[in-house]
Amino acid sequence: MKRIGDRIFKSVAFLSALLVVLLVVIIGVLLYMESRAAMDRFGFLGFIFRDVWNPVEDEFGGLFAVVGTLLSSAIAIVIATPVSIGVAIFITELSPSSLRGLLSAIIELLAAIPSIIYGMWGLFVLAPILRHSVEPWMIEHFGFIPFLGGKPYGIGLLNAGIVLSIMIIPYISSIVREVFSLVPDVMKEAAYAVGATRWEVVRNVVIPYTRSGIMAGVILGLGRALGETMAVTFVIGNAYRIPSTIYEPSITIASSLANEFTEATSTLHLSSLFFLAFVLFLITFVVMSLGRLIIMRMQRHGV
Amino acid sequence: MDKYIARVMDPVKVEIRHLNFYYGKFHALKDINLQIAEKRVTALIGPSGCGKTTLLRTINRMHDLYPGNRYEGEILLDGKNILDRKTDLMELRQRVGMVFQKPTPFNASIFDNVAFGLRLKGIRDRRELEARVERALRDAALWDEVKDKLKENALSLSGGQQQRLSIARAIAVEPEVLLFDEPTSALDPVSTAKIEELIRSLGRTMTVVIVTHNMQQAARVSDYTAFMYFGEIIEFNSTDIIFTRPKIKLTEDYITGRFG
Repeated sequence: MKRIGDRIFKSVAFLSALLVVLLVVIIGVLLYMESRAAMDRFGFLGFIFRDVWNPVEDEFGGLFAVVGTLLSSAIAIVIATPVSIGVAIFITELSPSSLRGLLSAIIELLAAIPSIIYGMWGLFVLAPILRHSVEPWMIEHFGFIPFLGGKPYGIGLLNAGIVLSIMIIPYISSIVREVFSLVPDVMKEAAYAVGATRWEVVRNVVIPYTRSGIMAGVILGLGRALGETMAVTFVIGNAYRIPSTIYEPSITIASSLANEFTEATSTLHLSSLFFLAFVLFLITFVVMSLGRLIIMRMQRHGV
Repeated sequence: MDKYIARVMDPVKVEIRHLNFYYGKFHALKDINLQIAEKRVTALIGPSGCGKTTLLRTINRMHDLYPGNRYEGEILLDGKNILDRKTDLMELRQRVGMVFQKPTPFNASIFDNVAFGLRLKGIRDRRELEARVERALRDAALWDEVKDKLKENALSLSGGQQQRLSIARAIAVEPEVLLFDEPTSALDPVSTAKIEELIRSLGRTMTVVIVTHNMQQAARVSDYTAFMYFGEIIEFNSTDIIFTRPKIKLTEDYITGRFG
């Protein structure tokens, strides 16, 4: 009796695991098959590096969306990484233990806010502030730096990057917090024992000790930023072009799909959208695997 | 309980008076009175959980890193009470260094490990750093083994070498007092012998306090020994007397291995 139950349990568990793997494969294959028409027409790399998106003339290329996706995520990472590390340092090393739980709960709540609300906030609150105050100020003071000059828009790459960064901070900071707590007390004490301050211990012991863990957190955050759709669609401006400054409107793969799937009439248009989806699938797959790989290596070799 | 606390024959570097220490509600150290002689080695022995490490960690106020701990009484370092609220802990810990049970190499080069405390002190001059790192490594009896690979990562060293590196880092800032918390318990016999020799030689130039669960080690390296039991110092005297003719029965039972 017991052996039969055990066997059933084992096969159910095995099938569930198999199902998940199968799903990923099926999604990948489906995306590939649906994008065949565009692939045959423009070629694989040809499509990715083609800077045109014209549904009227049935001419499509992925470059605008790919560039917009990578740039908005890059801005998000640049903002979110230092903030997340700061949050993690404060929670693990500086804050009184009574505050610790409350603070982590609040940060984690950021992840629970639906992305459309971030989009609305970005559009109605952040965009005017950026357009009228932040961007003019940045242009005035940092305009000489490439990509930081030009005109203020409010809606564009910078807005998307900021909204994305707020959305990924909870993910990065919770991983960073976790790896910080893996630093043995005695290593920190050894630094305190020669007269280090809290900040010196964080900078010289905790951060070097957890470098690869921080890296993994950042990569997982990047994976989330790349695929984020709704919030970005609200604030990026949805313009098919190569932005020449970080303020200009752009488009990401995910927001392109959200905008155009319902309107795609021609086979080639639909197929091109599937191709974009396939490219996003590949990018996030590679990025996420990289992050997981680092975490796995860490667990095997210690932090 | 019977106690016998001798006064030391040498100049006193640290004098502990009526020290009580609490982890939250737990009364971990009870009315500790102890003189630590300058430029001598003082050993703290006793069964596990007797408070010897706790006592050691009061001398550089390591307990302050964790919430909920409380001191009462006085610890005088050169006559000044370090338990005073105005004590600068960073400065105190540069004067009172510490070496831990496990080696504590930082994920950095051998040179940077030893230079760590010097840089914290604000020493930036390359020549001075090099000179003081070399001196610390020589004093820690590690120089000959690492002089050709100072840029290599400290984690590539063996356990015994890592512990001597930890000692080099501690002595590089030239502390007046050096605390050892069971420094050889994670090491093999050969490395242990090297560290013991090192402790004896360091004890000629600085004040050393060592916690050990190994009585032979205390007998070999120390000038004075305190025997602790359940948070109290039961007997304190020169190491010679403690190990040959202790005044308290409990001490005798412990050093002859009848319990512990």
